[in-house]
Amino acid sequence: MTRTTAIYIHWPFCASKCPYCDFNAHVRERIDEDSWKNAYLAALSHYAEMLPERIISSVFFGGGTPSLMPPATVQAIVDSIQKHWRITNDIEITLEANPTSVEREKFLAFKEAGINKVSLGIQSLNDDDLQFLGRKHSVRDALTAIETAANVFERASFDLIYARPNQTLKNWQEELEKALDYTARHLSLYQLTVERNTPFHVDHAQGKFSMPDEELAADFYILTQEIMTSRGLPAYEVSNHAAPGEESRHNMAYWTGGDYIGIGPGAHGRITLDSTKYATRDHAAPEIWLERVQTSGYGRTLLDPLSPEDRFLEGFMTGLRLRKGISLSELERRSGADWAALLDQDKINIAQKEGWAERSENTLRLTTEGILRMNALIPYLLRDDRSDRDGPHTAA
Amino acid sequence: MTHPLAHIRNFAIIAHIDHGKSTLADRLIQTCGGLEAREMKAQVLDNMELERERGITIKAQTVRLSYKARDGIDYQLNLMDTPGHVDFAYEVSRSLASCEGSLLVVDSTQGVEAQTLANVYQAIENSHEIIPVINKIDLPAADVEKVRQEIEDVIGLDASDAVPVSGKSGIGIDGLLEAIVTRLPAPKGEPDAPTKALLVDSWYDAYLGVVILVRVIDGTLKKGQKIKFMNTGAVREIDRVGMFTPKHVLLNELGPGEMGFITAAIKDIADTKVGDTITDAKKPCAEPLKGFKPSVPMVFCSLFPVDMGDYMKLKESLGKLRLNDASLHFEAESSQALGMGFRCGFLGLLHMEIIQERLDREFDLDLIPTAPSVVYRVYSTKGVMTEIYNPVDLPDPVYIDYIEEPWIKATIMTPEEYLGGLLQLCQERRGEQVNLTWAGNRAMLVYRLPLNEVVFDFYDRLKSISRGYASFDYELDSYAKNDLVKMQILVNGEGVDALAMIVHRSQAEYRGRMLCERLKDLIPRQMFKIAVQAAIGGKVIARESISAMRKDVTAKCYGGDITRKKKLLEKQKKGKAKMRQYGNVDIPQSAFIAALKMGDE
Repeated sequence: MTRTTAIYIHWPFCASKCPYCDFNAHVRERIDEDSWKNAYLAALSHYAEMLPERIISSVFFGGGTPSLMPPATVQAIVDSIQKHWRITNDIEITLEANPTSVEREKFLAFKEAGINKVSLGIQSLNDDDLQFLGRKHSVRDALTAIETAANVFERASFDLIYARPNQTLKNWQEELEKALDYTARHLSLYQLTVERNTPFHVDHAQGKFSMPDEELAADFYILTQEIMTSRGLPAYEVSNHAAPGEESRHNMAYWTGGDYIGIGPGAHGRITLDSTKYATRDHAAPEIWLERVQTSGYGRTLLDPLSPEDRFLEGFMTGLRLRKGISLSELERRSGADWAALLDQDKINIAQKEGWAERSENTLRLTTEGILRMNALIPYLLRDDRSDRDGPHTAA
Repeated sequence: MTHPLAHIRNFAIIAHIDHGKSTLADRLIQTCGGLEAREMKAQVLDNMELERERGITIKAQTVRLSYKARDGIDYQLNLMDTPGHVDFAYEVSRSLASCEGSLLVVDSTQGVEAQTLANVYQAIENSHEIIPVINKIDLPAADVEKVRQEIEDVIGLDASDAVPVSGKSGIGIDGLLEAIVTRLPAPKGEPDAPTKALLVDSWYDAYLGVVILVRVIDGTLKKGQKIKFMNTGAVREIDRVGMFTPKHVLLNELGPGEMGFITAAIKDIADTKVGDTITDAKKPCAEPLKGFKPSVPMVFCSLFPVDMGDYMKLKESLGKLRLNDASLHFEAESSQALGMGFRCGFLGLLHMEIIQERLDREFDLDLIPTAPSVVYRVYSTKGVMTEIYNPVDLPDPVYIDYIEEPWIKATIMTPEEYLGGLLQLCQERRGEQVNLTWAGNRAMLVYRLPLNEVVFDFYDRLKSISRGYASFDYELDSYAKNDLVKMQILVNGEGVDALAMIVHRSQAEYRGRMLCERLKDLIPRQMFKIAVQAAIGGKVIARESISAMRKDVTAKCYGGDITRKKKLLEKQKKGKAKMRQYGNVDIPQSAFIAALKMGDE
């Protein structure tokens, strides 16, 4: 069966760790580049054997900081993918990059290696905030990088982090307007989140900085939607904005239940084998992952079949992140689960009445107000099985 | 062979907590050779870990000492260690009834305290000869003369020949033993009369079954004898007779005036009621001893396991505690907010606290106690009286003519600087002053108070107002009609059963407002606005609202996040089982638990 499939390559190394980041990223004195390159190639061969008849529609180099990879490694991976599988004509091959001068200088080499899109970790256009966020670049670096990327690559996107401590709505509006002067195609705008097991978590708990409250955070989000919509880059996902047709094809695979192969320390995947969907995960520790690939040809530690309900839940919660929402019949077909058994019709009606959701025949989508409350709204919409709520019936 | 009556002395030790009762008992035991020095551990009579740690006695204990007095005679001294707390007042009274005299132990650095008083009056009621003992005289802060004066002023006992001792260092112990022999009367009894013995206390021993502590009045108790418990009517055969030295020592028989233990293959402690009369089944005595009362619980609360899976464990644990504590009452209860648990009845606040602590400590149970409540007498419009143990059971107001609540007579001893604060506390709690007297710079305050005001953090407030210096004791006084109402806490218009309480109308608004404010802080924001109200009948007396949540969306959701988020979602879905739906919102049980836990503070 020829199923279009995405490939995610995780490069787990960074020059330094940012205090807000809870990704699987590590700082190492020395990296044995050849070993790592060979490991990725071996893991790709493993998946090529496992899933031979695929058409690859996107490749994403994430991290960590994949722009620290030697372009030769990137080249070898891209070549290997092209050797193992057929690829779509318009394949999207994205690399996450930091805007430091060292990395900028590699842009051309990355392009030659096959990269056709970069996603730049700009994060802020304010030098003080860049420092607070632990970034190693300046606003000047950032702007130069955006311009360089626009010249070198077919497509470029960048990330900004907002709703930062002490940021006002006005500051953010100015910053965002300035950012928009530099791109007209794709932006990822994330609200700063204090994650567990990060230095920020400790600092925040100790009161070293305070986060905007829930009301202000909601205002930030709504303002952002207004600005982006008026500038022609409406949100197509909670935090992702694009001009029509410029959406990240790779990320859409995550949100629409597509197959994606995850390779590299801690990488997750979703692959279909004999019409069963599996969740995969590679070992998260870089050295162990490397060793496993060297000895057994792959770094995977989990291959877990997903039940129809699992698939439905995943499709439901990721699909509702998208502005276009979900097609209930399509989700049913894809997951094999009956939506009416899993969703509470009455609650959907309430959510519509409250202005959080819109429903037409087959499609369910969330409004901006619905998206704002999504973490609570999704479990709310699920039918709950309370038959066992009263606990043991063993009254004495 | 039993001991001649003239050479027996039975005495109890009365003291306020921490006045050194158990240490003094240890010293007496050691001096009389009951235990080698190497066998002595602090407070040998307090068997339970909890008793030793908290310095309180829960079960009565006796120990038989052998003392060769200056007159050359070997005396049998039976030392009775009584529970000291008012919760066990009935048990105390039976212990005292088994003795002819008491040692009144007062700490020379502290003076007379409230609890000392209650117990000493009981001893006087039992016609005890009382020897005042002024303890801890080796401490630098000791003031023997002041305490001697206080005993005379406050209690009205002649303390001119009070015995100064130090239980800790052994000073004055010989003099005390002589005083016991010379000043306390010998017991009376008829060796040939039909057997008559007082059941002083009983406990469950894993090896021996129920062990019964007895004081023989007339006749003898011996192995193989068929005995009858006169109040329960049960007949059993004695299989062991013995005494404590404090080690178990088996004897052939116990004679008149003597104390000791018997076992009779009894499995259930409920069959051995404290205060019962034991007699010979074939040749019974004419009349039982006076003063038998079945134990009546005064304070109630519900206990729910935090983890619903612990319900059966809680049931078994309560059963085990009841093996050794017939005064513990419990029955199954089901709460909408908190699930399955037990409504438990206790003799008093300390008893309740001890049971909760033992469940936590000995059985490792994590429990949610509801606010303590008392027994209300509810008179219906048809003139029928019903006792209500749980606010949930209160009938609809239209069927109620009036409600009576129990009142106590409380005695508070306090240094004068805290008197103002304590008077205010008693007034706030609807108290009525009965008496205020002085002993030096300390005040003795007697108040009538509704028990339901006392079960609600009164003792903690008393201790905090007086920085721990005031002491407090109480006895049940009477039931009195009052303007009592059931206050409910409503979440989105629906009552939370576990938070319902019966309060005086004048207190309802304050309590209601406090609970609403608390819940406002504890209930997490939901998708919908939540109204929290306190209401009496249909009338809302306090309200708070929790505004609807506005934003919680996770910014990023890519490959690995999907697995994590799905797991969270599954957990949330399961978690709904632990929630209770109020209108359109689910409230986690943990919020109600926290609201109840804060009541302890």
